[in-house]
Amino acid sequence: MLGYYLSLALKSLRRSPVLTTLMVLSIGVGVALSMTTWQLVRMVSRDPIPEKSANLYVPQIDVWGGRAGNNSGSSHEPPNLLDYGAVTALLGDHRAKLQSAIYLISSIVTPHVNEGRPFNSVGFAVSREFFPMLNVPFIHGGTWSMDDETARAQVVVISQEVNRKVFGGGDNVGKILNIDGHSYRVAGILSNWNPEPVFYDVPATGGFLLQTPGVFLPFDVAITEKIPNAGETDCKVPPSQSGFDGLLHSSCVWISYIVELDTANAFKEYKLYLEGVAHERYSWPPNVRLRNLMSWLDYLQVVPDSFNILWMVGFGLLVVCVVDTIGLMLAKFLSRNLEISVRRALGATRPAIYAQILTEGAVIGAAGGITSFPLTWLGLLWVRSRAPRGWELLTSVDVGLFILALAVAVIATLLASLYPAWRSAQVQPAWQLKSN
Amino acid sequence: MAVHPILAALRKHKAGVILIMIQISLTLAIVCNVAYIITLRIELMHHSTGLDEHDLFLVAQSYVGNYSGDDQSAMNKLDSMQLTDLSVLRNLPDVKLVTPVNTLPLLRYVWSGSVALGLGQAHGSAHANYFKGDQYLLPTLGLRLIAGRNFSEADVENHPARGNFPPAVVIVTKALADKLFPNGNALGSAVYLDKMTSPSVIVGVVEKMFSANPDDDSPSAWYSILIPSRVDSASTMYAVRSQRGRIQPAIRESRDALFKVNPMRVIDEGDRFNFNGIHTYAQIRDLGYAIDVFTAEVLAFVCVILLLVTGVGIAGLTNFWVRQRYKQIGIRRALGARRIDILHYFQVENLVIVSGGCIVGIVLTLCINIALMQVFATSRIPVWYVLAGVLVVILLGQISAFMPARRASNVSPMMATRGM
Repeated sequence: MLGYYLSLALKSLRRSPVLTTLMVLSIGVGVALSMTTWQLVRMVSRDPIPEKSANLYVPQIDVWGGRAGNNSGSSHEPPNLLDYGAVTALLGDHRAKLQSAIYLISSIVTPHVNEGRPFNSVGFAVSREFFPMLNVPFIHGGTWSMDDETARAQVVVISQEVNRKVFGGGDNVGKILNIDGHSYRVAGILSNWNPEPVFYDVPATGGFLLQTPGVFLPFDVAITEKIPNAGETDCKVPPSQSGFDGLLHSSCVWISYIVELDTANAFKEYKLYLEGVAHERYSWPPNVRLRNLMSWLDYLQVVPDSFNILWMVGFGLLVVCVVDTIGLMLAKFLSRNLEISVRRALGATRPAIYAQILTEGAVIGAAGGITSFPLTWLGLLWVRSRAPRGWELLTSVDVGLFILALAVAVIATLLASLYPAWRSAQVQPAWQLKSN
Repeated sequence: MAVHPILAALRKHKAGVILIMIQISLTLAIVCNVAYIITLRIELMHHSTGLDEHDLFLVAQSYVGNYSGDDQSAMNKLDSMQLTDLSVLRNLPDVKLVTPVNTLPLLRYVWSGSVALGLGQAHGSAHANYFKGDQYLLPTLGLRLIAGRNFSEADVENHPARGNFPPAVVIVTKALADKLFPNGNALGSAVYLDKMTSPSVIVGVVEKMFSANPDDDSPSAWYSILIPSRVDSASTMYAVRSQRGRIQPAIRESRDALFKVNPMRVIDEGDRFNFNGIHTYAQIRDLGYAIDVFTAEVLAFVCVILLLVTGVGIAGLTNFWVRQRYKQIGIRRALGARRIDILHYFQVENLVIVSGGCIVGIVLTLCINIALMQVFATSRIPVWYVLAGVLVVILLGQISAFMPARRASNVSPMMATRGM
């Protein structure tokens, strides 16, 4: 039966090519634009590390006491970052399964070969557990060893790009690299890794970096070398001494921290531990937070407010397109009352009429869905060309998006054909046939 | 033309009429609100920063080597390198004025802190943007001094990037002066920066200067304080004013001259979204508002498509009605109606439907506006936006109905005799 309905649908669609084209285009454009805006918002707010995010947490401690947090009002949120004292305590106790302190650095790398000019590279000072904790992929080598970390050895993990600029590519683990005038031994080379949003250090980056991070130095080494923080530094009271030492001894917050906790129990214990640390270190009542990564990203509003308007408007457009299609379908089917009357007179039941018209709707929907593929792709290309840098990766196209587009198109058109189908099924065959 | 027969005829096409009305009301509501949001953003993007933005560019560079700037000798070395850079730039033929800066309005690189009337909680204070530079800061940026004096060479100090260095004198914006000193006695008064214990005396007031954060739309975005100091750090920034209309040659000369005097430095090529390197102030403005421009473009595009889709939908339905009514049209023509009468009939019919849709649409527009006010920082939509929106959709309806209506007017009176 379905085959018969399909052939009927194709025949009728061919009979009124203009109306059919309008319907297909209307659905196609509506779906394409709503998918483009949806993809944009989805990619900006996506889970950057889906296999791990449930187990990653960001500790916050009120290191200032009282109302000094970033939110005035009743909530008394602790600052988004930690001071050096708290970080040393947390790193020293090593209570989570994996943990890392993180701060943004901006270094100058001097190539040895190719007589290249020195260049700027952003990077991060991190602990060795940063890499296994965040599933960071290496092509050569790996994170520095425990011995390196405790001995504060001058080691570095670099990106593929830095590897290419400095050494011309290849496996250069063990070679020496000049960063800010000091020599570092290459411990590992990353394969392309620049997750967006930059979930591991949102306060410093706002979630987006202008360039792929190129160098990762051991946290303790960066401290010893007094490598300045390139991210945010927030002070309640100014440091009593000047310079980097002043910062280390101050209560200024400037370091991000991430921990991995695999069980609900571990989470509970770590939260208690944080409270213990706060209680021990500060005179005021402990005020700590242990947010899961996704709620942390949400809390820091990584997705700009204006982006929500984008998908709302995209969705509004889709609704208008569906209403548009209902109108066009109504026009199409009502002009076919005679044909339907003949079918009814020859014994077709009302459900059969429904089936026929819904099949036709589904065909239009499928055609609209397929039309939306190139349009969505064009839309995303345009978005990619216009979007501020750092979002380039965000507009990648995947099969899931096209399946979604097709499903939305077919469902929207089926919904749109419900009313025309009902109207057609109400046709009184005798009256229609007689009147003509 | 009497509207009554039109209404009577429309009663036979309730579904189509309701569909067009829904479409019109949704389109009106979306287009009005989006247009309003876009306009708000564009207004924000074009407001003056208080700077004379023509012929102004920024050089952001870093010295190569290990310069932490913490100890005295490193600081002296960095300072002498910076002074050399400044004098080299000042001697270029196409360069008029140069000042070191820590940041600029819209640069998305915020230096800020508190400004208080005294030490302790009891005194009034404000959170303000800190802008640093030397005695050429005001003329280079083109800031308008409205009271007091400019910095003199003797006022300018140098210090490392981090730490407490209370300046002896400062200049504030009028907005900050009015906030801290409502009685207007700012000039000559002392303020305390960032809870530092020694006071800074206000020696001048500039008309206005905007924050380094382009997204800041609070009054405090205009609370700025100018500090006469050079920051000694491995990365420096120089604001340069070229001779009138000579900005591009000045940029080329600056890059060459800086590398000539000291090749051990990095001046990035920079690009649209990275302020490192050399950028004109126009580029910095674009960079600051990149996300806003992007959102506005996408929204505007979607709106245009929305109008197109609605227009096509109206045209399709009207066309259908016309075909359904060939016989009636034929009868009217046979009874003496002219072509123009038929044309008018369908145009007026469209006007009636679209007006109905507009009434629903206006209510919907206001509802969406109120909902948006809860979620986003927008304000009540001005009446004339809604009126303009109504005008646009009425025009859209008339244009969309024109083709089918003309087709109707071409129906021959012969149709009356056919059993269509």
